Amino acid sequence: MSLAALPVIEARALGKSFNQLLVLKDIDITVNKGEVVCIIGPSGSGKTTFLRCINQLETFDSGSLRLDGELVGYREAGGALYRLSEKDIARQRRKTGMVFQRFNLFPHMTALQNVIEGPTRVLRQDVAQATATAMQLLESVGLANKADAYPSELSGGQQQRVAIARALAMKPDLMLFDEPTSALDPELVGEVLHVMRDLAAQGMTMVVVTHEMGFARDVGDRVVFMDKGSVIETGPAKEMMTNPREERTRSFLKMVARD
Amino acid sequence: MSISSGTQLPRTAADIDIARMRLIKPLPYGQIIAVAVIVLIAAFITKSFAEGQINWEITWQYMFWPTILMGLVNTIWMSILCMAIGIGIGLLCAVGRDSINPVIRWASIFYTWFFRGAPLILQLLIWFNLALVFPKLSLFGFFEVRTVDVITPAVAAILGFGLNAGAYASEIIRAGLLGVDRGQFEAAKAIGMTGSMALRRVVLPQAMRTVLPPLGNEFISMIKMTSLASILGFSDLLRSVQNIYFLNTRVIELLMVATVWYLVVVTILSFFQRMLERRFGRGFVRRDQK
Ligand SMILES: Nc1ncnc2c1ncn2[C@@H]1O[C@H](COP(=O)(O)OP(=O)(O)O)[C@@H](O)[C@H]1O
Ligand SMILES: [Mg+2]
Repeated sequence: MSLAALPVIEARALGKSFNQLLVLKDIDITVNKGEVVCIIGPSGSGKTTFLRCINQLETFDSGSLRLDGELVGYREAGGALYRLSEKDIARQRRKTGMVFQRFNLFPHMTALQNVIEGPTRVLRQDVAQATATAMQLLESVGLANKADAYPSELSGGQQQRVAIARALAMKPDLMLFDEPTSALDPELVGEVLHVMRDLAAQGMTMVVVTHEMGFARDVGDRVVFMDKGSVIETGPAKEMMTNPREERTRSFLKMVARD
Repeated sequence: MSISSGTQLPRTAADIDIARMRLIKPLPYGQIIAVAVIVLIAAFITKSFAEGQINWEITWQYMFWPTILMGLVNTIWMSILCMAIGIGIGLLCAVGRDSINPVIRWASIFYTWFFRGAPLILQLLIWFNLALVFPKLSLFGFFEVRTVDVITPAVAAILGFGLNAGAYASEIIRAGLLGVDRGQFEAAKAIGMTGSMALRRVVLPQAMRTVLPPLGNEFISMIKMTSLASILGFSDLLRSVQNIYFLNTRVIELLMVATVWYLVVVTILSFFQRMLERRFGRGFVRRDQK
């Protein structure tokens, strides 16, 4: 394997169902280091569930999922499978940063407190050092002047940028974004996408579930189109967004382009 | 025709600027009537008490009487200790209710069912009379002691009130936990927290906001409920005034002493509650609206 294609995520025949409902069917997705992979597809196709499997807010049922080569959530030994302890799961989860559609900032903490919470409590950094790093991060998302504001005092776009800073503060190998701009007023979408573009330019490995087709085309290295729990098509971003092979991808793109 | 932002509508002579005018407010009839009614009632009560068979001198004289202050102190520490036990147990039960471990889940459900269901006075009597069931207590055969030596009135009261408070607190805390958005727990996990840390740092502080008012209520009823411990011979505030009026027959005067002290304690408690509510309301109440 060449150094350039170091897989951060490897999903092989990944399967997941909720009760009887099969929501992920034989998903094969590889994300290499430094790559930005955008996942598009109609609502209910399993995009969120896939992200949640990666950072273990859900468990998967079949196939395999590896993060930096490590099996996610389990340890294999002698052909048998052992569930990881809660501590080990927490440790594994620290490799990924997650940005939620609804921000999920901690409302009882200021922007700065939100950002230093993980470094000081989980990584046990001292407060002064964590604060210095956090201020740099807030600066980089353009919110240094809002460090002492509570989430309820921030606009949606500002909250989402704080959420991105909070995830970055844990120095993750991989950032997961679940429709980060879907809950925003249209005029606030740009500022969040801008931050994400910067992040991509710095070489961060990113998996982005998005309805922003422009972002997928311009910033994405590769695009994955999912429908009804399956990966229908995957390919280089520009090629796939302008000239998809599959009929289903084509009709989806046509549909979202209409509005 | 649309009004474009660039052009201004011509002002007519009738245009006014309300900022430059005097606002005439209607008379606050509601407030006037309310004040009148309250003044009348207060006057009536004051008059009745002033003329009534109550000697305020005696009330004042006993206000700082040593045995009464002793009873007051007993009432206070008993309430605080029982409430602390109650909150501790309540927290365990509330979290246990949603445990994936069925044994813990059912133990929590059973606990709440039993200690909320059985009358409090009955629970106190059962604890106090535990010696009838188990004459001796021991830890796996070691440290054997006579039950009557261990279960003093105070210990029976602590067990009775504490365990009972735990059952109520568990429901209050559970309601608070349910009120916190699930996304908060997930966001905490996403930054690498374990479940218990997420609970401690993220979920509980938010639940506090809704939990504090009903928990404060529980605390206040606990302060008053501890007077039930007097049936076991525990010298709480009520018991200590009773001991005096049994001797000097100034019943009402001494009951007034107790009333005043209960009100003082509850007032101080409410003050602390308000401070805590403000502390945990941070970020929820906008600072410019305070
Ligand atoms: N916790 C859950 N329990 C049951 N069904 C779920 C749960 N989460 C998601 N689903 C179902 O799984 C399917 C995929 O959901 P999701 O991954 O959220 O799709 P997407 O993010 O692409 O819109 C949907 O049909 C949804 O109803
Ligand atoms: Mg989704």
